[in-house]
Amino acid sequence: MITNKIDKRTIYSYLEEVKDPEVPVLNVIDMGIIRDVMLHEDQLEIIITPTYSGCPAMDVIAMNIRIMLSTLGFKKIKITQSLSPAWTTDWMSEQGKRKLKEYGIAPPGPKPQVCNEKLFGPNEAIQCPHCDSWHTHRVSEFGSTPCKALYVCDDCKEPFDYFKCH
Amino acid sequence: MKDLINYTLHLADDALILGHRDSEWCGHGPVLEQDIAITNISLDLIGQARNFYQYAAQLINETVNDPKKIATEDTLAYLRDNRDFKNCLLVEQPNGDWAKTILRQFFFSTFQYYLYGQLQNGNDEQIAAIAEKSLTEVTYHVRWSSEWVIRLGDGTEESCHRMRNAIDELWMYTGELFSVAGYESKVVTQRIPVDMALIRAEWEKKVEEIFNEATLTAPIGVFMQTGGKEGNHTEHLGYILADLQFMQRAYPKSEW
Repeated sequence: MITNKIDKRTIYSYLEEVKDPEVPVLNVIDMGIIRDVMLHEDQLEIIITPTYSGCPAMDVIAMNIRIMLSTLGFKKIKITQSLSPAWTTDWMSEQGKRKLKEYGIAPPGPKPQVCNEKLFGPNEAIQCPHCDSWHTHRVSEFGSTPCKALYVCDDCKEPFDYFKCH
Repeated sequence: MKDLINYTLHLADDALILGHRDSEWCGHGPVLEQDIAITNISLDLIGQARNFYQYAAQLINETVNDPKKIATEDTLAYLRDNRDFKNCLLVEQPNGDWAKTILRQFFFSTFQYYLYGQLQNGNDEQIAAIAEKSLTEVTYHVRWSSEWVIRLGDGTEESCHRMRNAIDELWMYTGELFSVAGYESKVVTQRIPVDMALIRAEWEKKVEEIFNEATLTAPIGVFMQTGGKEGNHTEHLGYILADLQFMQRAYPKSEW
C-alpha cells in the first residue's frame, strides 16, 4: 500500500479496531494512548504513550497495532513510544468512559482530583457502575491491573473496579 | 557521556532492585488486597527501570562500534555484575516483616517523589520524560506507604514494636539517598541540576510529619552506611542477582 494515498483519518479508523487486551471494550483511541500518526514517504509511524510505566498490556498493544497495520498491507511500520507529556485519564474519550461504565468499571473522573501525596484529604466520590449510587467506599488503591482501584458499593453491595484518575 | 550513562543506570538499578524486592511478596502478602498493592508497586518500579535501561542502552550504543557489545535493557539488567550495580543500599535490604517492607517503601518512595519532581524539569529530555511519567505512579506509592506507616506505628503494641525495629534496621541506609556519587556530581550540577540539600530537607519534613502521626521518632546521630551508589553493596545484592539473573546466566539469550 502506498502510504501517501492514505490520510490520517483512515489510519485512525483502522486503529479503532485495536483493543486493550486487559479491558477489551476499549480501543486504543478510547484509551488516549495514540498521540500521533505520521505518514512518511515510505513509512508509517505511530506514536504511542504508555498508560503506566510497567503496564504489560503496552507491549501487546504495540504488537497488535503492528499486526493489524501489516495485514492491511503497510510494509514499513514504526511504533515510537513517547513518555512526555505523560498520559492522563483526561485523554480518555467520552465514548471510552461510557463503554467502561457499561462494562462494569467505574470510569475516571475529570482532573484535578485527589491524586496527590497528601493524606487525610477529601475522598473522591466514585459512582457505582452497577446501581449508580454514590454511596461507595475504597477497598484498595491498587487493583487487578495497574490502572484500577478496588471499590465496593454500600448500597447494592457489589464490588467493582474503578479506573483510577491519573 | 560516561557519567550520564552511569547516572541513568543508577536510577534504573534503584527502581529494578526495589521492584524485585517488592515482587518477592507476590502470593505472600498479609491480605489479598495488599498482596496486589505491593506487586502493583513492583510492576510500576520495574516499568520505570525498563525506561531508564532503554535510555542507558541507547546512550551506550551511541559510543559502541562492535556489534557484540550492543547494550539492551535486558543485557543491562541481566548481565552486569554485583559491582556494576549502582543502587542505594536501602533498596537491596531484605523484606523482613511487613513493617520493614513498608518502611523501606516509604523512605524510598518519598525520596523518589522529591527527586523526580526535580528531574522532570531538568535539561535531559529523556530523563525528564521518564521522571514526569513515573511521578504520578510514585505519588500513589507515597500515599499508600505513609498510610501503612501510620497504621502500624499508631496501631497495636505489637505493630508499633515492629515499626520501631524496622526504623532501627533501616535508618542507617537513608543517608546514602542524599549522597552524591563520583559519576553523579557533574551530571547533577551541570546537565540536570538537582538540589540534593532541598530534597533532603523535604524528605526529612515529610518523614517527621508521618512519624508524628504514627507516634514514632526518627533516630538522631546514627552512623550512615554508604557505598551502594559506587558499587560497594551489602551481601544481600548478590543473592538478589543470583535469583534475578539465573535464567540469562544459565540459558544465555533465552527469550520469554
